[in-house]
Amino acid sequence: MIEVQNLTKYYGPVMAIEDVSFTVARGEIVGFLGPNGAGKTTTMRILTGCLPATTGRAQVAGYDLFTHSIEARRRLGYLPESAAIYGEFRVRTYLDFVAEVKGVPGRERRQRVDEAMEHCALTDVERKLVGTLSKGYRQRVGLAQALVNNPEVLILDEPTVGLDPQQIVEIRHLIKGLAGRRTIILSTHILPEVSMTCDRVIIINRGRIVAVDTPGNLTAQVQKSANVLVQVEGPQDAVMAEIRRVAGVQRVAPRGDAANGRWTYVVESERDRDVRQDLAAALVKNGWGLLELRPADLSLEEIFLHLVTDETAATVREAAGAGEQ
Amino acid sequence: MANILAIFKKELRSYFVSPVAYGVLAIFTVIAGYFFWIITAFYQTASLQSMMNPQAAQGLNPTEWVFRPLFRNLAVVMLFMMPALTARLLAEEKKQGTAELLFTYPIRDLELLLGKFLAALALFAGMLALTLVYPLLLTPFIRIEWGPTLAGYLGLLLLGLAFLALGILISSLTEHQLIAFSVAFGAALLLWIVSWPADQAGATARTVLNHLSIIAHQESFAKGLIETKDVIFYLNFTLFFLFLTLRSLESKRWRG
Repeated sequence: MIEVQNLTKYYGPVMAIEDVSFTVARGEIVGFLGPNGAGKTTTMRILTGCLPATTGRAQVAGYDLFTHSIEARRRLGYLPESAAIYGEFRVRTYLDFVAEVKGVPGRERRQRVDEAMEHCALTDVERKLVGTLSKGYRQRVGLAQALVNNPEVLILDEPTVGLDPQQIVEIRHLIKGLAGRRTIILSTHILPEVSMTCDRVIIINRGRIVAVDTPGNLTAQVQKSANVLVQVEGPQDAVMAEIRRVAGVQRVAPRGDAANGRWTYVVESERDRDVRQDLAAALVKNGWGLLELRPADLSLEEIFLHLVTDETAATVREAAGAGEQ
Repeated sequence: MANILAIFKKELRSYFVSPVAYGVLAIFTVIAGYFFWIITAFYQTASLQSMMNPQAAQGLNPTEWVFRPLFRNLAVVMLFMMPALTARLLAEEKKQGTAELLFTYPIRDLELLLGKFLAALALFAGMLALTLVYPLLLTPFIRIEWGPTLAGYLGLLLLGLAFLALGILISSLTEHQLIAFSVAFGAALLLWIVSWPADQAGATARTVLNHLSIIAHQESFAKGLIETKDVIFYLNFTLFFLFLTLRSLESKRWRG
């Protein structure tokens, strides 16, 4: 559905993305992950036809965005990062305009606008001026304008940025609800978002693709040890020495600052070995206060840091490459 | 076609939901009304005097005495007001970031441009149409020569077309409305006064300078004549600047 080949974009002498290639199959939700300035928005803007690539090709639904721009754009829905919408328009008027410009025939227009508003829970505010809406509602208007022509491909640039937690959950739910029928690329630098909504992750850093895989596989590849988080009230040095003595523990490191003499430690152990029971026993035996003990999976944040800083990046990249073929 | 209409409607709505249209309409009609009042008052005095002196009545007609000076003054008002109509057309889309979405919709640059241009033209035409009240007001009292009067209106309409095309080009080059306004006004003023040194210039230069001037071509219309060369000048001018605007829009697609 989306095909990107060796895409490179320079802004003057500054490289934004280099040699980016990936494909997205019909009905897939793909997360585009990277720190700020990694080239996510640049790639998406090329995919929506509002920015030309320096070299390389991009296709949406089989239409090249440079040579058959109009055809490709007809099949697209795009939510830009800061959904800039005409603030002086009412929600329905605005969506009606977008539907018209996107070529929705007159007799279907009303129904499509109704559907899009219903989908994005905007029916209550259809008469309000877009400019007076809260950020969350405006983001939903942005999503509704992307959906209004019933596009095959949706490109969402940071759909949850700037929203409150409640709204973030709602928008994610909404995106999930679109899965299957549409092909979706969404970019984000919030990692849990990816593991919650996406089938596949493309990690991009400094304009290059670092890894392409499912969130689960990425965790498995990078995580060589199991982590346990413990909070203990007791003298730091002694506690750390005791933890190290527990069988199976490989490393222990304090995390953060002490609060009232309570320290939090990250304990790394062999991957297939659960050290929690032994750990708890050892700590209690010494009479220290064991306040918290829980497994800490490597978060996508940590995986991400691994990938963009570590030498493991190379191996993961190879594994990802092998997985592709 | 459908896309042009969609943009046209949206743009016209934008004019009227923001204060732009009301502001420009109000100022234009107030100033135009003021000129009309002074000029008719003067014409009235002249008519009274000519009753004592029948010889002075020669050539005393509303076309020469009311509409020609009125149209000249309206042209000056337009010089100031037209950039206000075009300044926001493209600059504002870029400033607000709405251009980003607009450029991803399946519309051609030409459709976008024409939709916007026609919306500005419609507003201007409406503005000018309001001044048709003046000849209508005079009809009970004097015989209006409608042919020459409407020719004068056609002249102003063509002049407006040229101003709008120039203004929309400049709006496409910046994202600041104030710059779009000032530069469009400055450029229009330069094209207006370009013929002033013509009298001192040589024969060839004089012809060229006179032909370049955006206002020199108004003379025949104000007198009630429709000269093909003047009509063609304004249409050429408009098409040329619309063409440049189209190029400026298209350049974004490959320049980024």
